[in-house]
Amino acid sequence: MEQQPILQIVDLYKQFPVARSIGDRLMRRPNQVVHAVDGVSFTVEKGEILALVGESGSGKTTVGMNVLGLQEPTRGRILFDGYDVVDWARGRLPRLKEEHGEIGRLKRRKQILALRRRAQMIFQDPYESLNPRQTIYEIVAEPCEIHDLGLNSEEKEGRVRAALEDCGLVPAEHFWNRYPDELSGGQRQRVVIASALALEPELLIADEPVSMLDVSIRADILTLLQSLRKVRDITILYTTHDLATAGYFTDRMAVMYLGRIVEIGPTVEVLKDPRHPYTQALVSVAPVPNPRKRRKRMILQGEVPNPIDVPSGCRFHPRCPLATEECGQIDPPYVEITSKHKAACHII
Amino acid sequence: MTTLDVRDLSVQYISEAGAALQAVEGLSFTLEQGHSLGLVGESGCGKTTVMLSLLRLLPEAGRIVGGQVLFDGRDLLQISEREMQSVRWKKVAMVFQGAMNALNPVRTVESQIVEALQLHNVVNSSKDARNRAGELLELVGITAKRGKQYPHQFSGGMRQRAVIAMALACNPPILIADEPTTALDVMIQAQIIELLEELQRELNLCLVLVTHDLGVVAEMCDDVLVMYGGTAAEYASSDTIFNDPLHPYTQRLLKAFPDIAEPGSDLASIPGNPPRLDDLPPGCRFEPRCHASNGEPLCVKQLPALVEIAPGHQAACHLVKGA
Amino acid sequence: MDQQKRIWSTLRRKPMALVGMGMLAVVIIMALFAPWLAPYDPNKRVQVTPEDILAPPDAQHWLGRDDAGKDVLSLLIYGARVSLIVGFVSSFFSMFIGTIVGLTAGYYGGRVSNTLMRITDFLMVIPDLPLMLVIISVWGRGLWKIILVISLLYWTYTARLVRSQVISIRERQFVLRARALGASDFRIIMRHTLPQVMPLIITMAVLDISSSIIAESTLSFLGLGDPTLISWGMMLNFAFERAVSRMAWWFLLPPGFAIVWVSLSIILIGNALEEIVNPRLKTHHLFNPRNMISLATGKPRLVETELQPEAEA
Repeated sequence: MEQQPILQIVDLYKQFPVARSIGDRLMRRPNQVVHAVDGVSFTVEKGEILALVGESGSGKTTVGMNVLGLQEPTRGRILFDGYDVVDWARGRLPRLKEEHGEIGRLKRRKQILALRRRAQMIFQDPYESLNPRQTIYEIVAEPCEIHDLGLNSEEKEGRVRAALEDCGLVPAEHFWNRYPDELSGGQRQRVVIASALALEPELLIADEPVSMLDVSIRADILTLLQSLRKVRDITILYTTHDLATAGYFTDRMAVMYLGRIVEIGPTVEVLKDPRHPYTQALVSVAPVPNPRKRRKRMILQGEVPNPIDVPSGCRFHPRCPLATEECGQIDPPYVEITSKHKAACHII
Repeated sequence: MTTLDVRDLSVQYISEAGAALQAVEGLSFTLEQGHSLGLVGESGCGKTTVMLSLLRLLPEAGRIVGGQVLFDGRDLLQISEREMQSVRWKKVAMVFQGAMNALNPVRTVESQIVEALQLHNVVNSSKDARNRAGELLELVGITAKRGKQYPHQFSGGMRQRAVIAMALACNPPILIADEPTTALDVMIQAQIIELLEELQRELNLCLVLVTHDLGVVAEMCDDVLVMYGGTAAEYASSDTIFNDPLHPYTQRLLKAFPDIAEPGSDLASIPGNPPRLDDLPPGCRFEPRCHASNGEPLCVKQLPALVEIAPGHQAACHLVKGA
Repeated sequence: MDQQKRIWSTLRRKPMALVGMGMLAVVIIMALFAPWLAPYDPNKRVQVTPEDILAPPDAQHWLGRDDAGKDVLSLLIYGARVSLIVGFVSSFFSMFIGTIVGLTAGYYGGRVSNTLMRITDFLMVIPDLPLMLVIISVWGRGLWKIILVISLLYWTYTARLVRSQVISIRERQFVLRARALGASDFRIIMRHTLPQVMPLIITMAVLDISSSIIAESTLSFLGLGDPTLISWGMMLNFAFERAVSRMAWWFLLPPGFAIVWVSLSIILIGNALEEIVNPRLKTHHLFNPRNMISLATGKPRLVETELQPEAEA
């Protein structure tokens, strides 16, 4: 029997309402929404590492939040291991397979806990994602307590130690009585990863985990994430705006622009042979650590437009150096470049 | 034609307990008109401290304890505060780290540039000031009209441009940019780098780029000074640093940088952490993390001096012998 | 906890706080050791002669005697008890109620918040003192009644403050992370939200003590205090009615002075706490020296400074 992909996103839309001022109400201006995610579909196989690449406003973080059930989609379905995440996050699944292979109706809270145990998230800002009043030990032990893993204090200590040391914080005793502000950014990020790993999740959403760290320490964190796939068979969804880091350790890459995926395919292929003009521009401006390798940089003018006013037709056309009239009017469909690589553009 | 010559700069911070912490030690480099220098190092290595010292803007706890900064025939560290005021902004201007987020939110962008102009007596009337502010905004790629807007109406990239415009108010020959591209999207980063390159060409600026991001430096700097633990590790032209790095730290730093042209190739961070100021190694600052020293006693005991290894290539390492 | 130690050590270094703490210590000692400190027992009946009534200060009665012939100094010392009891207990109750209301309204938002805030607004809008007067007049006098009435009206300020704090904390990334881990609402409120708001609550509570003491004094002054107890407000009440015409300043000034003394002490402590607890109260430039040093040495920073991390190792 063919194995189902662990994650299936089907036609995901997420809109956020924009607050209306009194002036808006009086003038009866139409309601505005932020089109954060505007029709995204993709699948992820078990054990795969998929990169979601995009700048601010591309919707990559929103996709991650919806996949975990931390937000609810406006439209579309998200299937994690075959189960609908929206229902799961509300605890309304009729049948859920437990760890022991049983299928049955779990109580609401237990269902939600089951989801949280299997899918976890790592956040971007290591200075904000840890409670400054908790010690490192408490931070990493907390998931065990929440999920009531039935561990006595010795077992809990063991889990915490294993999680911290697996993430490179050795010896664990040196760290666990400290507070987050005594640790560097890289160390804090490891603590975040450790607390996520304590639950032994199957799916990990890493939301720009290294953007706020010095370039010289990013490699370690990324190597750690890569090893998680090898050692624990964890599926990873890695969001970033830095193509180069995505190129380092991901299998497939999806480039997002203003809420849509404009190109998706195996990472190496997309980087070596980008077809969508936006991807081409991104690849061309990625800094290269060698002044001899000067290449032509396609620096796009202006900024990513406001997701409230999405351009008509191809949403990239106002900034696209190759745009034609058709691009301004019709939304381009996906064009297959190879069996696994496709891009949404009229000019391919 | 040298513009600014820094010799043997040493800076200390006095901690709360009263101890003197060596933040920068024995740093030397030169800035030349029309050239750009990239000052690279991990956060906390002292690069911002060096720049603040040039402007004598160190916080209360900071103390310049040695060295000279020769500019225009005088030592900036010796002149009076009054004389220094005629240097700041007029001769040496700085775009501070995070400045784009420090714009006054309740005043228009234009008014803030005007304020800089008036403070430094660059213009005679407020009308002139507004015109000049408009010129500066256009120079950095913002329509002059938008000067009447408030900072929150500007995007991140635009705010960074506005801050650069403010720094250029007095037409300084030297511009220092401290982490100008951190916290910006990659396409905006490219725009800002392009802007700085253009400005440098058009105004014949001497540009100093302080950053932890090697890629940015490779894009646009002529020379590179790699700092570690408050000291210079290596100082050479950009081409040399990237293609023939001699200092072990530079070598490891390059290996930690992902190259988009070689996806999947090996990356390695540098094990350990940068030294704490109150716990500096007695000898070479990098020795505890160095893959090449193997506990070599000379490295452990003696701080290596910046020595010319080849013409135009200086390195501070005992294991690298001079020409 | 580390945080508390840091606050305490900073507090110790502020001269205003030290002065305030000293002043408060004096009052607390007065209250605790009243039976030993007071030269006479004010509850004992005294045989008086007409000269004893409102007698001026002399060697045996340092602050003179009141209109019933009792020693004013002893009355003053014993009066500290009521003020402190009412101050601390009402403040505690206000803090308790205000925190619960603020946490709930701030965390859940929506209809819950609206309802709670309407009640809060209602109580805030009505002038406190007149309402207290009305309630006490109707309900009757007594120490516990006073404490309850004060608590029931003063919790609103804490509630508002806590609510707005909680709203901003609720959006922070570590709260999101706790949700992602599966934490229940209760856990998020107690473990992740309350500790962040605690310093502010404590500061409010301390300042509340002062307000409560003044409220009690005012009620007693207006004749609505507990008649069985000695309180500074009551002393003022009698003094106004009977001592003013006789220019018996020794009966009038001490209780007023004592009220000012204790309120001032608490306000000094409260202000110092507020400075520590609210980092934005201090002006800070981009390069705060403590930040640079702690950034470089990796040492923990004090509560009152604000780190500006960009990309850090």
